[in-house]
Amino acid sequence: MEATYIKRKKDGRIHIMSGNKGDIVLKWTIIILAILTVVAFLFFNYAGLELGSAIRETAYNLKVMFLEPTLNHFDLGEAFYQIGITLGLAFLATIIGAVIAFFLSLMTAANLAPVWVSRTVRVFVAIIRAVPTVLWVLIFAIAAGLGSEAAILGMLFHSIAYLVKAFSEAFEEVDKGIFEALRSTGANWWHIVKSGVLPSTFTYLLSWTFLRFEINFGVAVAMGAAAGAGGIGFELFMASSFYFDLREVGFITYSILIIAFLLEVISTRLKKRYFPATTTK
Amino acid sequence: MNEKTMRKHRWQSGIFLLILIVLTYLSSAITTFNFMEGMATIPEAMGWIFSNLLVSQESFEKLPKILEKLAETIFMSIAATTIAAVVSLFLGVLGSNTTKVNNFLSVFARFIASVSRNIPVVAWSLILLISFGQNSVTGFLALFAGTVGFLTRAFIESIDEASQSSVEALTATGATYFQIVGKAVIPQCLPQMISWVLFMVETNIRNATLVGILTGTGIGYTFDMYYKMLNYNVVALITLCIVITVIIVDLISNYVRKVIL
Repeated sequence: MEATYIKRKKDGRIHIMSGNKGDIVLKWTIIILAILTVVAFLFFNYAGLELGSAIRETAYNLKVMFLEPTLNHFDLGEAFYQIGITLGLAFLATIIGAVIAFFLSLMTAANLAPVWVSRTVRVFVAIIRAVPTVLWVLIFAIAAGLGSEAAILGMLFHSIAYLVKAFSEAFEEVDKGIFEALRSTGANWWHIVKSGVLPSTFTYLLSWTFLRFEINFGVAVAMGAAAGAGGIGFELFMASSFYFDLREVGFITYSILIIAFLLEVISTRLKKRYFPATTTK
Repeated sequence: MNEKTMRKHRWQSGIFLLILIVLTYLSSAITTFNFMEGMATIPEAMGWIFSNLLVSQESFEKLPKILEKLAETIFMSIAATTIAAVVSLFLGVLGSNTTKVNNFLSVFARFIASVSRNIPVVAWSLILLISFGQNSVTGFLALFAGTVGFLTRAFIESIDEASQSSVEALTATGATYFQIVGKAVIPQCLPQMISWVLFMVETNIRNATLVGILTGTGIGYTFDMYYKMLNYNVVALITLCIVITVIIVDLISNYVRKVIL
């Protein structure tokens, strides 16, 4: 009888961990990331950088920003108005995106649509997602002119891509029995969606939409600064790049921080309530 | 479900719909967004994209320069993500309920994460630009600041979720704190954490474009330059390069995620 072969190291010790594919890939992922990080620091363009003074200056700037926030170029009412614009941009992009994503995800969910339709929509969504939002906004700005239209359309694309993924996954988790029961009563596709799929996933869809709204607020601030879409982001850009007014930058940062914090608290509650077990992306 | 509750549900969803419509109307008013006009520009914009945003022969001459900037951007995002991951690992271990040292440090870690996450990347890059100037380090630090917050929250969640029972088991054998963290918590959460890190690398490559436009570094700056010069053929080439990069990174990370999880 042949003895079982035991893998040993050179000095005769037994391997305690038998490596499987997952462990090997995990190890190499970490190693490659570490190597790329080291290489990155050699490749960086350090033009005009004086680290010591830069850090000291940033520390001083942060102190001025956060300890002495004031408004110099506009008043409090204007600040609220600008925040309103940013929230409005985010809201419109989210709500229009959610409506479009709802119909697209009906075509994407594997249990509701034929395979080729679902695959086409998925590839389409992946390509849309690969273009950064700011590029979408800038590209639309050429055709539609700078302003809220370009910003909302640009943000819409990513919102749709994100929500289609989330919605179609929610639809795919709907119990098969519901479909069968409805189909046996003679319901057509639209009936199944309206009275089977929608009622059982509605709260999920709403929470996902809110989570996207939280993301879109950040995006709307960014678009204001980088693509001239207006709102508080644009004021932030003006305050820091044109007026060099650190106290105003501090005030604007605080106001963004407060709104973002509120949105985060609400979305954490929603997550705990509706997705207790799964972590969400 | 009787008739009364059904009627109540219908009433509730009616109110809800009304609130949404009012909010939509208010948002359109404040942003001067015209829905019809906006929708009408989509076909127009698409037509423009397909007729003008084409990669032409002469734009290929710019390809080496673009690829160099693209490489800088990719390196910047990877470096920012990995270093942020190391910092977040410490913050995550301190902040998680199962492995916290004491309440003060836990709240402190969560607070740092929350602030760094909720100040948008734009604000970070504009703040850092003032004193660090136009170079890769500014972009790196801006991405780093945003990533730390996000990864810490993700790590805290994975640690909380995964390791309750094994921590209990190791505590029962009398293991020290570092043994528990090193032998139970980290090995158990590592696949989940790496999955988050890969997700963040991909997100950061896209964010790096935005940060680049603001801080004048990497591919974002190149894009902005040609965009302002109205040289749309090169703009198309740059967009194409970014799309291909993001899709490749996405495919790699999907593969790794499938194997390790």
